[in-house]
Amino acid sequence: MARMTLIDAIRIAMDEELDRDTRVFITGEDVGPRGGVFRATQGLFDKYGATRVVDSPLAELSIVAVGIGAALADLRPICEIQFADFIHPAFNQIVNEAAKLYYRSDGQWRVPLVIRAPYGGGIGGGLYHSQSVEAFFAHVPGLKIVVPSTPQDAKGLLKSAVRDPNPVLYFEPKKGYRAIKGEVPDDDYTIPIGPARVAREGGDLSVFAYGMMAHYAEQAAEQVAQADGIDAEVIDLRTLLPVDKDAILNSIKKTNKALIVYEANHTMGYGAEVAAVIGDEGFEYLDGPIKRLTGPDVPAMPYSHAMQEFFMPNPTSIADAIRELAAY
Amino acid sequence: MSTITTARPSTHLNEQTLREMFWVMLLSRRLDERSWALHRQGKIAFHISGMGHEAAQVGSAFALNRGVDYTHPYYRDLALSLAMGLTPTDFMLSLFGKAGEPSSGARQMPSHFGSKRLNIVSGSAPVATQVPQAAGLAFAIKYKQTTGLVDPNDATQPRVALTSLGEGATSQGEWHEGMNWAGVHKLPFICLVQNNIYAISVPIESQMAVANVADRATAYGVTGVVVDGNDLLAVYDVMVEAVERAYAGEGATLVEAKTYRPVPHSSDDDDRSYRSRAEVEEWKQKDPINRFRDYLIAETILSPAQLDDYEHRARAEVDQAQAAAEATPDPAPEAALGDIYAPSEAV
Repeated sequence: MARMTLIDAIRIAMDEELDRDTRVFITGEDVGPRGGVFRATQGLFDKYGATRVVDSPLAELSIVAVGIGAALADLRPICEIQFADFIHPAFNQIVNEAAKLYYRSDGQWRVPLVIRAPYGGGIGGGLYHSQSVEAFFAHVPGLKIVVPSTPQDAKGLLKSAVRDPNPVLYFEPKKGYRAIKGEVPDDDYTIPIGPARVAREGGDLSVFAYGMMAHYAEQAAEQVAQADGIDAEVIDLRTLLPVDKDAILNSIKKTNKALIVYEANHTMGYGAEVAAVIGDEGFEYLDGPIKRLTGPDVPAMPYSHAMQEFFMPNPTSIADAIRELAAY
Repeated sequence: MSTITTARPSTHLNEQTLREMFWVMLLSRRLDERSWALHRQGKIAFHISGMGHEAAQVGSAFALNRGVDYTHPYYRDLALSLAMGLTPTDFMLSLFGKAGEPSSGARQMPSHFGSKRLNIVSGSAPVATQVPQAAGLAFAIKYKQTTGLVDPNDATQPRVALTSLGEGATSQGEWHEGMNWAGVHKLPFICLVQNNIYAISVPIESQMAVANVADRATAYGVTGVVVDGNDLLAVYDVMVEAVERAYAGEGATLVEAKTYRPVPHSSDDDDRSYRSRAEVEEWKQKDPINRFRDYLIAETILSPAQLDDYEHRARAEVDQAQAAAEATPDPAPEAALGDIYAPSEAV
């Protein structure tokens, strides 16, 4: 066990996977000598060389497309998109190609590809360095989507992503890169893609969240436990696709109330699906409205600190939403 | 631009191989013609044709280590796919959308060729998406050779990736990005542009401001070659050079085969709205199959009696393929739910 930041855990996972399997390589913008703009790949170029840690041209579409081709040839690419905001040029390759190749080839051609991308706000990134893009891709069968919120999960889930025979989008809450710290086992462990994690057990209501919002939700739950005696359960969804319906429904059976938190825009966000699962299969357990606490429906997160903080849910606003729902 | 200055590789082809190349072109043409007829009879929903492109495709295919080297073709590559090892029955199964269709299990429209066994990568309909992926295949070839995962001289392994597309698709950013990777990393990559001067209805002068697609090769630091796409052996010759360049680790080649599509874009197109009948007739006189047939007969490599025999065999194979497809059941409807995720394997 060692205490480390989220980004340290991500880097260690890649280091160990590069060491374990020669088929694993990294490509993306500035991933080489620079070690990535966030330093996720720091030191890996020196250790594994230019053949396996490859600075790409400044073009996201082909970072993904070349990754797809290499994956078809049985390599294990880890493609870094520098900010999730820049993933959109690769949308066609992810949605029409990576997600559909196994299906369209009757199970002949697999795409064992990982696409890593820092996402989310809170770092003064403005419209184009703050986006949460998960919902676009969560509508696409054939993809898997992972969003870790703890260093332990980050390492174990990234290793699972590298070893998965399918395309996995691995979204990293960039505000938590150094803000989130935790204990990480030293050994070569994996955490399966699929199951959500009960981050905090509780009986009064359920908070469903992922990424930075899961981290905040745990803080908010501690706040209301101490200040108000409310016992909130926090479910860190951590895999968004496939949807872990059992984890959602098991928690609702216990608490009868649901608050869903995500920092993307409100309408058609990932929480809409969580709400639909509860409404569809958990209706009889409900003892209150299904609530969502989200970013507002504006085109993107503004740069100004004042507007940015207004946009993003935070532990205080989550605690307020918990109190309101608990009182219902 | 490079030109052929050394002895032409095609002069080393033996007569049997020349006849085989002719056979694949002829079989593809007769299969294609039958497909149009089946659509007009209301028996199939869709056909998209490779007619007129057979020499560009077969000349290219025969330069490769067929079934081993990667191909990432596009929807006109019927003759190329037959040369690689797909069969008329495979194609008929795709036209009819029947169970066991080998490229996609009848999930895809016809002419979306693919076969893991033959290293033909399954393609999609959005054009040029295959180009940067083929750069990725070529990247993997070089990566495996560099890291010692494979022996560069092992002919049982893919040593080049060939992708193909029409000239219209070269307007896509995906084409540019794929070519750029191929150039930057000096990849064993061949891009075959089958320039038939129309993207459905849009003529080449509305597509690009340069005379040749291959003129752009310089911008990517790769070799560019223009070839008469209706001259089978000329295509073969430039393709052998491109393959040897790739095998030798000397980088990528952009081959532009100038050709023509003598039929509408697809079964749903009517080309009378955008080009004259005189133009189409003029190109039919340059038909690549007739041209090679005349050459083989003039050189006494093929006798008129053999030609008759080929025609009978082609017709019989197409008849048999059609009958086999018509007798095959539909896929189970629930097959729509399969193959979403590959199962995990032991690492």
